[in-house]
Amino acid sequence: MRAGMTIAIASGKGGTGKTFVSTNLFNAIVGEGDGAMLIDCDAEEPDDTLFFNVKRVCSREVTQKIPVIDAGKCTFCGRCREYCNYNAIFFLKEARRIKVMDDLCHGCGACSAACRSGAISEKEKPLGTVTDYLAGENLKIVEARMHPGNKSPVEVIREALKEADTAVTVLLDAPPGTSCPFVNTVSAADFTVLVTEPTPFGVADLKQAVKALKNIGKRCGAVVNKAGMGDGEVYAYLKAEGIPLLMSIPFDRNIAESCSKGELITDTDGRWKAEFRKLFETIRENL
Amino acid sequence: MKIAIASENDGMNSTVDGRFGRCPYFAFHDTSTGKTEFVRNPARESSEGAGPAAVEFVASRGTGLVMAGDFGTKIRSLLDGLGISMEKVTGKTVAEAIKSISINHPE
Ligand code: SF4
Ligand code: SF4
Repeated sequence: MRAGMTIAIASGKGGTGKTFVSTNLFNAIVGEGDGAMLIDCDAEEPDDTLFFNVKRVCSREVTQKIPVIDAGKCTFCGRCREYCNYNAIFFLKEARRIKVMDDLCHGCGACSAACRSGAISEKEKPLGTVTDYLAGENLKIVEARMHPGNKSPVEVIREALKEADTAVTVLLDAPPGTSCPFVNTVSAADFTVLVTEPTPFGVADLKQAVKALKNIGKRCGAVVNKAGMGDGEVYAYLKAEGIPLLMSIPFDRNIAESCSKGELITDTDGRWKAEFRKLFETIRENL
Repeated sequence: MKIAIASENDGMNSTVDGRFGRCPYFAFHDTSTGKTEFVRNPARESSEGAGPAAVEFVASRGTGLVMAGDFGTKIRSLLDGLGISMEKVTGKTVAEAIKSISINHPE
């Protein structure tokens, strides 16, 4: 096995304890002196840095090219509209109307290439930021943060993923859901940890996530949070699918309290530190 | 005036569709001739941007008023910019919606 492996921590929806597992797993690895990096890919609501004493190192803006049409030069030929695969150019020949719908545009540049009248130029649209933090010596946290109001965090996530250091263990806090942002994140990982709750909703979301991972041929394991709630459906499902149960986290008042104070249970409770260390070993064995 | 009504199906007894951009059919009604024609909405299969594409479609057919269950903000501003009126209609058939036009917009 190579020195560095990439592990995504994901869940079918938000609020199942994904951040809790990401930050504590990172803290547990770090505590043992292994080099590690955490990339917060939950770009719509990144919050991993809140649990660490971080120093901001640098930040860069992620932009996308958006076409700008000069109606004075436009001959209303409609070629750009034809070339756009995303319905991002609103065009009415008779009414002589043409308009780029910024939020639908993917910045592919096809329209500029199609225009023969030099009516299309491009502007940069800010999508979000990628920020590097240090949480200690050689411990890097990279945060993808989308600017509010943008359509998709995918570009910002992709830029953040480029910073993954293959020499160390990289953890990816994946965005919730199972759509493009999720797929882009888990595609970059060797293994995905799915955090779920043992409730009917939790199981339904878990199934979605497992299906999405199967579609792209990725391996996964599960962490059941708030174990003891609900019924045994989640365990039966995992068994039937052959998905390893990596860890069970029973409901624990100490966990809830440390979370609300912005603390890490792996700092305040040695028992949990050992548990998360064990989780890391279990993931390794399943690779 | 030409009116475009988002329709769930082909036929006067179809229900007015809740979604303007992705409705399966548009019923084009011409108030001067009293005729109604059902046309498949070419924008309904678009994975993205069905709304603007549907606006292009109805606008290119000279529509002055559109009826649907609801309109998104983007669609509203496009229709506004083109001087096309909107009317929200829910729980009615196309035939009933057309009847209500002659009451609300007598010519
Ligand atoms: S850049 Fe691509 S997506 Fe954007 S308007 Fe042009 S053709 Fe459409
Ligand atoms: S291709 Fe160029 S000239 Fe033709 S409609 Fe588009 S912007 Fe106008």
